[in-house]
Amino acid sequence: MQRVGVFVCWCGSNIAGTVDVEAVSEALKSEPGVVFSTNYQYMCSQAGQDMIIDAVKEHNLTGIVVCSCSPRMHEATFRKTAAAAGLNPYMVEIANIREQCSWVHKDMLTGTEKAIILGKAAVAKVNLNTPLTPGESPVTKRALVIGGGIAGIQTALDIADAGFPVDIVEKKPTIGGKMAQLDKTFPTLDCAACILTPKMVDVAQNDKIRIFSYSEVSEIKGFVGNFDVTIKKNARFVNEDICTGCGACVDKCPMKKIPNEFNLGMDNRKAIYIPFAQAVPKVATIDPNACNMLKNGKCGLCAKVCTAGAIDYTQKDEFIEEKYGAIVVATGFNPISMDKFDEFAYNQSKDVITSLEFERLTNAAGPTAGKLLRPSDGKHPHTIVFVQCVGSRCDACAEKGKEYCSKICCMYTAKHAMLTRDKYPDTEVYVFYIDVRTPGKNFDEFYRRAVEEYGVKYIKGMVGKVTPEGDVLKVQASDLIANKQLRIDADLVVLAAAIEPDKSARPLATMLTASMDTNDFFTEAHPKLRPVESPTAGVFLSGTCQGPKDIPETVSQAGAASSKVIGLLAKDKLTGNPCVASSNELMCNGCSSCEKVCPYGAITYSDKEFRMPDRTTKVRRIAVVNPAVCQGCGACTVACPSGAMDLNGFANSQIMAEVDAICK
Amino acid sequence: MKVSYFPGCTLKNKAKELDVYSVKSAEVLGITLEEIENWQCCGGVFTTARDEVATKLSSVRALKYALDKEQPLVTVCSACHNVIKQTNYAMQNDKEFADKVNRYMAEGSYNGETEVYNYLEMLRDMVGFDAVKEKVVNPLKGKKIAAYYGCLLLRPNSVMRMDDPENPTIMEDLIKAMGADPIVYAKRNECCGGYISVESPEAAKRNSNAVIENAKAAGAEMIITACPLCKYNLVKNGADIPVIYFTELLAEALGVKEDTNE
Repeated sequence: MQRVGVFVCWCGSNIAGTVDVEAVSEALKSEPGVVFSTNYQYMCSQAGQDMIIDAVKEHNLTGIVVCSCSPRMHEATFRKTAAAAGLNPYMVEIANIREQCSWVHKDMLTGTEKAIILGKAAVAKVNLNTPLTPGESPVTKRALVIGGGIAGIQTALDIADAGFPVDIVEKKPTIGGKMAQLDKTFPTLDCAACILTPKMVDVAQNDKIRIFSYSEVSEIKGFVGNFDVTIKKNARFVNEDICTGCGACVDKCPMKKIPNEFNLGMDNRKAIYIPFAQAVPKVATIDPNACNMLKNGKCGLCAKVCTAGAIDYTQKDEFIEEKYGAIVVATGFNPISMDKFDEFAYNQSKDVITSLEFERLTNAAGPTAGKLLRPSDGKHPHTIVFVQCVGSRCDACAEKGKEYCSKICCMYTAKHAMLTRDKYPDTEVYVFYIDVRTPGKNFDEFYRRAVEEYGVKYIKGMVGKVTPEGDVLKVQASDLIANKQLRIDADLVVLAAAIEPDKSARPLATMLTASMDTNDFFTEAHPKLRPVESPTAGVFLSGTCQGPKDIPETVSQAGAASSKVIGLLAKDKLTGNPCVASSNELMCNGCSSCEKVCPYGAITYSDKEFRMPDRTTKVRRIAVVNPAVCQGCGACTVACPSGAMDLNGFANSQIMAEVDAICK
Repeated sequence: MKVSYFPGCTLKNKAKELDVYSVKSAEVLGITLEEIENWQCCGGVFTTARDEVATKLSSVRALKYALDKEQPLVTVCSACHNVIKQTNYAMQNDKEFADKVNRYMAEGSYNGETEVYNYLEMLRDMVGFDAVKEKVVNPLKGKKIAAYYGCLLLRPNSVMRMDDPENPTIMEDLIKAMGADPIVYAKRNECCGGYISVESPEAAKRNSNAVIENAKAAGAEMIITACPLCKYNLVKNGADIPVIYFTELLAEALGVKEDTNE
């Protein structure tokens, strides 16, 4: 039998205002096992904790019930108190008589009655508590960053800076991500390449960082501190180690008409290509769907001109296995497809473009060498209409677009409008908006400059229809402030397409058993207090995979994620949570029910020999829980048909005892 | 296969071509359109007022008729289709409205069980455009034809569920099946002006002209539509290319046009 001490907290008037704390401590005195019961103004204060420590010693307490606030708030505090008093910290139970009791009741009688019942349940549970000891697991001191955009780059650099090796896996032939495609960056208008490419070079030169470009993660096993990852290195048919990136192969390649992804199809590349001049790694890649040699064995020009002998048409996909202690997801975003928004005639006219395409059009390294020219006829546009929120904040049409605000469009549209007016003052620029949202350092000032200094015409209202007629785009829109319909003949229409997580994110989340929201953004462990961690231990989030973000925010989140990774990798051993599931092998029949419901992949099966009553042995399949992976959710304990699965600290018998105490 | 068929008032006078050729073409494609007995006008416009029951009763009666015959209900006029489909949706999803309506239903209660198809959907989903193509005897080779959807056929999409309202393909696919070249133009799903031609003929003219000009600029030689009001507005406002019902063109392609006596 336990010797239980009950400590009822007043929480100032938070609890004592609607719960008669004296009556509660008095009522709980007569519960089975209780040998001591008291109340105090602030149990969590030093004096309150000392009171607990003294009582443990004086009354030889073996279990403690604290009737106070939510266990989320102070369970850890009182566990430490118990440890200081020489008890196992898991011999403490918290009865939450604040959040779900005193705060929600107005009547003292009901509040008190409920507090007593909750106290009784906690006493019933602590009577069945057993000391628990957390397990330990080693930490592999290497991190994996999935995605090589600015988020992944910054995370990798920061982790490497702390001395830990990092691998970046990037599915494109080069790192750099979306930022490499941008022209200038708001609000300071420094050129994206000028601030990004030095970082890309840093990554390439850092001896702690390895880049797996043109590669994907194909399998993830293991758990925090001990992930086993398989990386699929797609065949690029060029030996990366000896290619010098001279580009002679690209010059000679006869296949000229392949849409250039880096310029969003606005110009062409060759079948062998280097995405852009500052690519890292700067090596060529052969597009197997375009290369004549790979398709039908005819050509081979690139191999002939390559003085380094780097071309290898026989190269195969390669699978690399590596161990990691932490994984950072930095898979980024893409603009949504404009197919369902043909009221803007994106599919009907080349001169209706997305904002990312506009970036390429104004980028000095883009298809027009930075001159703002219409894609259809190469003429300079004199009237440009920007349409914001195309597919963003689209609650009435969720099947077309996204309900959320894409966050970056207001600022980049202000940038596009301002830069256009700056370079081409003869151009009329209209921006249609629902709201202009510019919270951020120096952001609103930036937008005001576009309006006040550069004369960009901001109109509150949406564009309803774009009709291409000849070489004019007839724009019909509403001006909500003037309450009238507008008809504008535009030369170029730019759509601020909503952004969505990269398509690779969902299968990756499945591999990681990391949770996502309905929009396929990764969910953080806590929206305010743990914003860069996934609820899955050892998985961290960086950049737009977690939600729409601009570059400054992405870089800060990348830094935050890296510091969490460094904190993890700095440990030699990890202390686990002992409140995990365990299977009673005598009762387990190996049915796999628990494995199927486990969201963390913590359950495996092993064959074990059992001795039978007649002294023969029999091999049976039984469930084995990996305590380092198990998060203690309890799903398996409910699914188990034979009652073999139980949760330490929340055993079925303990839960039933609580229920009994409540219903008594 | 037999289906219940709701023609609608206009199809019995101004828009006979829409009706007659629908029936004939369907017959060639193996579907018998069985006209609902004693059908009444659909009401013309689906009012969004929930307490407005009277104008929706005829739609519900038609739907109930099809249900009793265990047939899907096929419409062809855009306006009738819009009203009947929206009424059916309300009968499925608005219990209060359905209860109210059912108190007037001497025929027995109805709760949105019938499947409603527009003729175009029937061609796509019951017949299949490939099967249509096989039955074509006069392929309209080289003809540049603009499909005019108007505003009612596809919207509201949450109810109509026929095609992408901003980037539809169903009529273009039919045009291809008939051997002609579809012309895609921006105004194909814009309003012709509709009933505003009564109140302000000028406004209707503006809208209709914009549609015609846009189709012509895109290279159209002919416009096809499923809506009598669209046709009326386009023709009245001086369309200088032919504007005909899609079923008329279909009958031509299927070789059953000539012997019509309208």
